[in-house]
Amino acid sequence: MTVTEQRQAEIVPRQPASAGREGWIRRAPLLPALIFTIIVTQLPFLFTIYYSLQSWNLVRPGSAQFVGLDNYVKVFTDSQFRGVALNTVVLTAGAVLISMVLGLAFALLLDRRFRGRGFVRTLLITPFLITPVAAALLWKTVLFDPTYGLINFVLSPFGAGQTDWISAFPLTSVMVALVWQWTPFMMLLTLAGLQSQPHDVLEAARVDGAGSFAIFREVTLPHLRRFIELGIVLGAIYLVNTFDAIYMMTQGGPGTASANLPFYIYQRAFLGFDIGQSAAMGVVVVIATILVSTFALRLIFRSFQTEEG
Amino acid sequence: MAAPTTERPASAGDTRELAPARRGNRAGPALLTVLTWIVGIGFFFPILWMVLTAFKKEADAYTSPPSLFFTPTLEQFETVFSSGIGPYLLNSLFATVMSTVFVLLLAVPAAYAVSLRPVKKTQDVLFFFISTKMLPVVAAIVPIYVVVNDIGMLDNIWTLVVLYTAMNLPIAVWMMRSFFQEVPKELLEAASMDGASLWRSMREVVLPVVSPGIAATSLICVIFAWNEFFFAVNLTAATAATVPVFLVGFITSEGLYFAKLCAAATMCALPVVVAGWIAQNKLVQGLSFGAVK
Repeated sequence: MTVTEQRQAEIVPRQPASAGREGWIRRAPLLPALIFTIIVTQLPFLFTIYYSLQSWNLVRPGSAQFVGLDNYVKVFTDSQFRGVALNTVVLTAGAVLISMVLGLAFALLLDRRFRGRGFVRTLLITPFLITPVAAALLWKTVLFDPTYGLINFVLSPFGAGQTDWISAFPLTSVMVALVWQWTPFMMLLTLAGLQSQPHDVLEAARVDGAGSFAIFREVTLPHLRRFIELGIVLGAIYLVNTFDAIYMMTQGGPGTASANLPFYIYQRAFLGFDIGQSAAMGVVVVIATILVSTFALRLIFRSFQTEEG
Repeated sequence: MAAPTTERPASAGDTRELAPARRGNRAGPALLTVLTWIVGIGFFFPILWMVLTAFKKEADAYTSPPSLFFTPTLEQFETVFSSGIGPYLLNSLFATVMSTVFVLLLAVPAAYAVSLRPVKKTQDVLFFFISTKMLPVVAAIVPIYVVVNDIGMLDNIWTLVVLYTAMNLPIAVWMMRSFFQEVPKELLEAASMDGASLWRSMREVVLPVVSPGIAATSLICVIFAWNEFFFAVNLTAATAATVPVFLVGFITSEGLYFAKLCAAATMCALPVVVAGWIAQNKLVQGLSFGAVK
């Protein structure tokens, strides 16, 4: 046996081990992010489940005791909870869809060459950059104010009196503010889609004598699909958690007419100090979200996999 | 990615060549341009109005019809500063910068691991990251509050740094991944054949391709961290509160005076708006997950 042969003989049996090590070396850069995310975002949910089985009011120290599924029974028999859940669906779906339609329309307008295009785009993205708390305050005061608000001033030629929009239509008012903030996001995404269209296909369609609308429906829209789906999923992720706008504009009121689940749970936990009950609501929300998002995730994944070919 | 081969390298700017049906009817495009301008100005108008109102005296802010002409004053901004926005601005700055740095430190290696040298189950890992964003924050706030309270970290800026890092990390991993996928693998292999160290191939091959992605990802993280309100309002009080919390407190202490509020809201929103304006193309790149270069 020569020396090299000897070495090979030594190395070969070890290969599984070194392949494992190689795997760990490859995995190593991923681990800090993974571990951090698990600790900060997943552990709290385990606690949430634990708290949801307790009757625990922060105002009465030592009141914590195991009550089984009592909190869940209360959640499901709470008619306010059902109303608030419905508000959440309406608010999220409404804001996502309207801002997507507007965003797509604005993107189509911007996807042309004209003087001042960059400037108009800058104007249009600004609502997305504004701090949501500041934006909500802006809508509540200078825009929606019944006496001095701009909305009523603009509508006054049409006979709108001093309508108090926020009191009369609390949920819709919140939605208007959200649509204003999220339309730029949808616009940027769909504009990105429009600008990545294969130029030759568009040209070919035009040479073939296809009309603008036919080109839009047959070429542009299928191409945009991935971007629209991404926008809807990301928009829904953020909008379902809407808190700032409701906190600033309506405080969920009147009653719970404009409260969504985040705001309602916040009220129960931080104003009612009912930890058990709010934890149970949190668990219910998580389960509902998982159901909806498995569907949404499938969508987003399909679009990313096709992208990789 | 299959798409980029057919994509024109459209920078988000105006380099695009589109040959619209120019011949014949010229009024159509002109009308569309006018419409685009009206939409743009209409959407921006509330912000313009906010900034204008911030320079008004309270008496000018409360007029019906709204007054467009007035003598500008810095009175309101003086009030905002004298009511102590300073520490809040510093807290926001600290939480934003630190959390963005941590996000990058964690997300860049993670994205490298799932794109350039894919580990097994890459899809599962990516799925996990994005799924954490799907879980509503509100469901975690109760235990987070209890734990943070127990370890004495309520009203501590580091609490926000940690939470903002976790909040932005999944999106950052996804964004960085899309940029890492653009790195030409052949170049990397060639570099390692030439015996280039990992560090050198990182610096010379990977970094030039990925650095615009780092800029875009940072910008998105900065926007979300600076604007965050839910954690800030629930977990901080006098010492660690950020600007959005200041704004809410300002209403309580100063009342609903339009001009003062507009000045405070302008101060609150200004840093991120300016950053977003300056780095607009980065914003587009980041939000489209690298679909636009």
